[in-house]
Amino acid sequence: MSLTSKNEETPLINEKGLRMDGRRLDELRPIHLEVGYLSRADGSAYIEHGKNKIVAAVYGPRELHPRHLAQSDRALLRVTYRMATFSVSERKRPAPSRREHEISMVIRQALEPMLFLKMYPRSVVDVFIQVLEADGGSRCASTTVASLALADAGIPMRSLVAGVAVGKVAETLVSDLSDVEDKVGDADVPVAMASDRGEITLLQMDGKLTPKEFATVLSMAEDGIAKIHQMQKTVLQEKYAQIRDELDEIEEEAKDVEPVSDKPPEDKTVSKSTPDQEKPTADREDPSVTEKAKEPEKIEKPPSKRSKRKTTSKDKGASKAAKRTRKKTTESDTEMKGA
Amino acid sequence: MIVSLYFEQQDIVVPGQHLAEGDYHHGDGAYKEKESIYASVIGLVKIRGKTIYVVPLKGRYFPKPRDIVIGTIIEVTMNGWLVEINSPYPAMLPMMQALNRRDMVRAKNNPRAFYDVGESVVAEILASDRTRDPLITTRGRGLGKIRGGLLFKIVPARVPRLIGRKGSMINMIKSELDCDVVVGQNGIVWLMGNPAHCEIAVEAIRQIEREAHTSGLTDRVREVITLKLADLKGE
Repeated sequence: MSLTSKNEETPLINEKGLRMDGRRLDELRPIHLEVGYLSRADGSAYIEHGKNKIVAAVYGPRELHPRHLAQSDRALLRVTYRMATFSVSERKRPAPSRREHEISMVIRQALEPMLFLKMYPRSVVDVFIQVLEADGGSRCASTTVASLALADAGIPMRSLVAGVAVGKVAETLVSDLSDVEDKVGDADVPVAMASDRGEITLLQMDGKLTPKEFATVLSMAEDGIAKIHQMQKTVLQEKYAQIRDELDEIEEEAKDVEPVSDKPPEDKTVSKSTPDQEKPTADREDPSVTEKAKEPEKIEKPPSKRSKRKTTSKDKGASKAAKRTRKKTTESDTEMKGA
Repeated sequence: MIVSLYFEQQDIVVPGQHLAEGDYHHGDGAYKEKESIYASVIGLVKIRGKTIYVVPLKGRYFPKPRDIVIGTIIEVTMNGWLVEINSPYPAMLPMMQALNRRDMVRAKNNPRAFYDVGESVVAEILASDRTRDPLITTRGRGLGKIRGGLLFKIVPARVPRLIGRKGSMINMIKSELDCDVVVGQNGIVWLMGNPAHCEIAVEAIRQIEREAHTSGLTDRVREVITLKLADLKGE
């Protein structure tokens, strides 16, 4: 395996331990997220993850055609991942490829366990993912946007899903592989998870890793995803908080005497120190109820991880010994109240 | 038992956000897992008694009995009409629920004389469960075919805001602009009146839709309407 990039000039990892694009080993590429990117979709989002540029649009839940696909107990989730012809340097032929079908399925399976699809039986939720520019790890970035678009569409879900690809490049474990690193590297492990729940919904591996390396790489993915997940939450909240804050300012200038809850979006999780302000009397009468002050960080902490099945790749002697594993979160004991 | 709330009334929350722990119940837009309540949609959290719920800022309309909706006929069938009501399911409008007995006889021969494809109706949801398509009726006060006026869509989640507490917002628009407004719970709005005034009403409703999650909205909208009306007179 060559240790250099295609142009043989820049090493994949230089003597300072920095990567081709100057990132540290565990550093993510710059990420930019937008919600409500399209006006006619029920929900939409846009992501720039490194040089990836991806739009996701969500329609539904809506009437399902053809009818025979309908499931009587839940909504169908249809995910379509498509790459634009101009998204890669060599023109991608516009017909849907095997790879696109696979990625569509993989993304669907990464999102499905987090959605409360049973609230809308017989209907369909359509997710369209269009890759405008691809730069490695596009299935992970697509999962991130798609989840955001679903949240923007108001589809009830357990949690947001984010993804990142980790792997091994030039005998070194790295996070968030770029296109070149993905192609030249030794192993590529795309991971998507619901970070705050500690549940993995997408886990694939291409290449070889020792069990120990795999464990390391997975924890790197967890750290990366936690960061992306935080960005997802922030951008969703900001979309609405921004309008509210702007209006608050206008009102203050106009010296309008209107009581407004004007908390900045960041300290949304501030504890309730004065329980008697807005709480109805029913709670106050109960002496056992204690309002405890909590730090915001407490909430960000993911709950105890469920035991993860670790997989090692077995050498099959084939040119590409790839073992793909997937762990689905179980339909848990969650209860959900109907509309 | 530890009982904690992690939010303040009216906070904007995102799916998966941990809202409370302990002896609480979950309402719409929230779910409970073990002893914790989490948000399941993006919206504003509220707590009433021990119930925590999230008022969604986005989302589709889901038919509920006794809701007034506005829909468009999409199909004429043997014994009624299929109506698109902006929900995941089309609604059934049986002839029985649309016409009186005398008209029924005529309608059997020519149902299109009463409602044809493309026409719009104000209707009330009679029954709706997830196993079958919802049933609607056009018999009742204020229900029936729409003749003239202006129809447009807003996000169904913002309908309660547009109506306001006991209709305060919608009544303000009606009285300020002297036009008739019918708001379907499914997010379709029907405006009738002076075209110039209707245009102002559309703008006002768009503003309400955009700023639904802010307070002091009624006064702000009233101001805008007054300004626009003054403009109109000036010209």
